[in-house]
Amino acid sequence: MMDNHTLTLVVADAALIAPGLRRVHLRAADGARLPPAAPGAHITLSLPGADGARPLRNSYTLVSADPEHGYELIVRRADRSRGGSRHIHEALAPGDVIDATVPHNLFALHSQAKKHLLIGGGIGITPLLAFVARLRETGAPFELHQIASADEIGVFAALLAPRAGEQVHIHGGRTSLDLPALLAAQPLGTHVYTCGPAGLMDHVEAAAAGLGWPSSHVHREDFGAAGGEPFVLRLAASDIEIAVAGDQTMLEAIEAAGIDTPSLCRGGACGVCILPVRQGEPEHRDHFLSEAERAQGCHVMPCVSRSRSALLVLDI
Amino acid sequence: MATRFKPDETFRDDFRYGNSETAILRFPFPFGEDAYMYGVNMEPHTRPGSAGVFAVGFDVDEHYVAECAERAKVLALEPGRCLVLPHMREAEWDTLELIMESLAADYPDQFTLERDGLDWTWTNRPLGIHHTFRFGDATTLPHPPFEYIVRQAQGDFTLQDQRDGTLYIDGGVATVPADWSLAFDVGMTFHEWHGPVPLAHQAGVFDRALQYLMRVRYGHPARRLNWTMTINPRLDTSPENYPLWGPDRASLTAETIGDRLFLRVELQSFFRLPRSNALLFGIRTYLASLNELTRVPKWGRRLHRVMRDLHPDIAEYKGLTRYRELLVAYLAQFDDGAPTAPGITPDCAALSD
Ligand code: FES
Repeated sequence: MMDNHTLTLVVADAALIAPGLRRVHLRAADGARLPPAAPGAHITLSLPGADGARPLRNSYTLVSADPEHGYELIVRRADRSRGGSRHIHEALAPGDVIDATVPHNLFALHSQAKKHLLIGGGIGITPLLAFVARLRETGAPFELHQIASADEIGVFAALLAPRAGEQVHIHGGRTSLDLPALLAAQPLGTHVYTCGPAGLMDHVEAAAAGLGWPSSHVHREDFGAAGGEPFVLRLAASDIEIAVAGDQTMLEAIEAAGIDTPSLCRGGACGVCILPVRQGEPEHRDHFLSEAERAQGCHVMPCVSRSRSALLVLDI
Repeated sequence: MATRFKPDETFRDDFRYGNSETAILRFPFPFGEDAYMYGVNMEPHTRPGSAGVFAVGFDVDEHYVAECAERAKVLALEPGRCLVLPHMREAEWDTLELIMESLAADYPDQFTLERDGLDWTWTNRPLGIHHTFRFGDATTLPHPPFEYIVRQAQGDFTLQDQRDGTLYIDGGVATVPADWSLAFDVGMTFHEWHGPVPLAHQAGVFDRALQYLMRVRYGHPARRLNWTMTINPRLDTSPENYPLWGPDRASLTAETIGDRLFLRVELQSFFRLPRSNALLFGIRTYLASLNELTRVPKWGRRLHRVMRDLHPDIAEYKGLTRYRELLVAYLAQFDDGAPTAPGITPDCAALSD
C-alpha cells in the first residue's frame, strides 16, 4: 500500500445538495481500505476532458476521509469549467471509476495554535468542514466565519447544521464581515486559516499582516504546484523532441523517451539531475540552484522544474 | 528465503554478534565512490526494482529478535529513551498503522494484521505476540501506541511535527543512538538538532534537505544513508552512557581492529504520516566488522581510500581521530590500487575468506 501513487476509486454516490453543488462519495474500486487523511488534505482526480480532449486533473479538498467508508467531496460547478466540474455535475454517476492521487496535505492544522480562526468564502468551506469536525473532537478552541452570497446562506447553513454552535457564524456577502476587527479581537497565539476566492484569501493575509500577525500564523488553502502546462523539450545533441505532459515531470518524460539521465532525490534538492539549457525559459521549482544561477538561465533541474516557454532546448 | 533469526545475539557485555554471508552481501555499504563528503543524498525509498534492504519500508533481518530484546532491556533500565510529546498522539497511531501494514505486507509469513473496523488483531510470530486491540484506544494496548510498535521494530525512530516552515522533533525512541540523545533533542527544530555537524551547514546541505523533507508525500517515502564507526557491536552508544563505551576507542590494536571495529550504517527513512501530517524518521542501524566487510574486495579497497582521504573535521566529528592511523594502516592490505566500479553494490556473488 505504501507506494501506491494512484488510487482507483468508484463513485458510491453523487447527489445535488444545492443548485451548483454536488456531494460525491468515493470508495476504493476493489473494496480495499483507502489511505486515511488529515483535515485539509486534497486529492487530484483524473477526469475526462470535454469532447475527448486530454484528461483534466482537478484537485478537491476532502470533506471527510475514512479508510473504510471512503472520501467525501463537495464540488461547485464552475461557470467557466474546462470540463472537470462540468463532468462531475453532468455526467458523473454511481459506479463510475475515477483515478486519483493519494491524499496530500498542504493546509494542515497547526499543533501549537492557542485558537483556530477559520474563514471561508463560498465553496472554500470544504476544508473548514473537515477542520471543524476535528476541532470538535479534540476540544480545541475555534471560531468559524463563513461568507456566502445572499442567495446561498441557506445552503451553507444546512451544510454547517450538523456542526452548528456558537463558534459558527455565517455572513451574507463579504462586506458584512469586518475582517480587521475580527482579527484584532483574537487572543495571542491564534492561527487563522482561510479558503475561498483568491481575493478573500489575499484580504485575510493583508489584514493579518497589517495587524502584525506573524506570517507563520496565517494559512491559506494550497494544492501545490504539482504539474503545470504541457511543453515541448528538444534535446539538441541527440536531436530528439519530447512532449512533456502537464502531469509529468521533465525527468519522467526524458526517461519515458528511453534516454538515461542521472537522478537521485527526484525532489529538487540533491543537484544530481542538473542539465544545461540552450534556449527557452525554465520555470525553476528546485532548491538547488542559487538565485544567481537561476537568473543566468543556463541550467535546469528536470526532476521538478518546468518551462515557461512552449519550447525548452537542452544541451544534451 | 526464510530468515533464520539469531535470538542469542547480544549487543553489550559479551558481544555475541556476527553477520551471515547473506547479511554481509546485503549490507547497505554507504560509499558509492572512493571519497566521502557531505551532500544531499536523499532519494526515493522502496521504488519498484529496489533490492535488499531498500526494497521494503522496514527491513526485518536475522538480528530482528535480538535487537527487539536489546530495546526492551534499554527501556527497562531507562524508560525515558522513548518519549512523545502530547500533541503527537495521532502520529503515534499513524506510526503503528504504517509499521503494521508494512510488515504484514512485506513479510506475510511472519506478521499478520486483521482489521474489522477499529478492532484490529496483530500477530507477530518471531516475537510470539498475538494481540487484539481497538485502534485509537490506547487503553487496549500494554504500552502507548508508538512505544508498542517500536518495541517490535529494529532501529530508532523520531516523530517530526511540521510547522512554521520547519520540522520539530517532538517524539521518538532512541535505544540504538549513534551518540545523540532524544531527551536533549526533543522539541528542537531541524537546524537546531543538526547544529553540531561540521562543514555541511556552509554547503547549504541542511537547508536543501529540510525543503526536500517537508515535501515528502504520503505513499512516497524517501531515504538516505549515514555512517560512523563503533568499537564492538554495541548498539546503545548514547551520550548518557559515554563512560561505558568512550574508553573503548583507546583499546584497539592492530591485532583486534579487524574484528572489533564496526562500520555503523544508518539507513534513514522518511515517511509522511496521513492522519497527523507528521513525518516519521526511521534510523535503522546496521553493523558489520572490518573483517566482514573486507570480504567484499570492492568494499575493502574503497574503505581504505575513503578513510585515508577523509576530511579531518569529519573524522573528528565521527570520533575516528583517535584510531584513524591504525585503521588506515590496517585497511591498506585490502587495497591493491585497482579501480573500483561506481555504486555501493558488492559486485561479487560470493565472499572471499
Ligand atoms: S534528482 Fe535531485 S535535484 Fe533533481
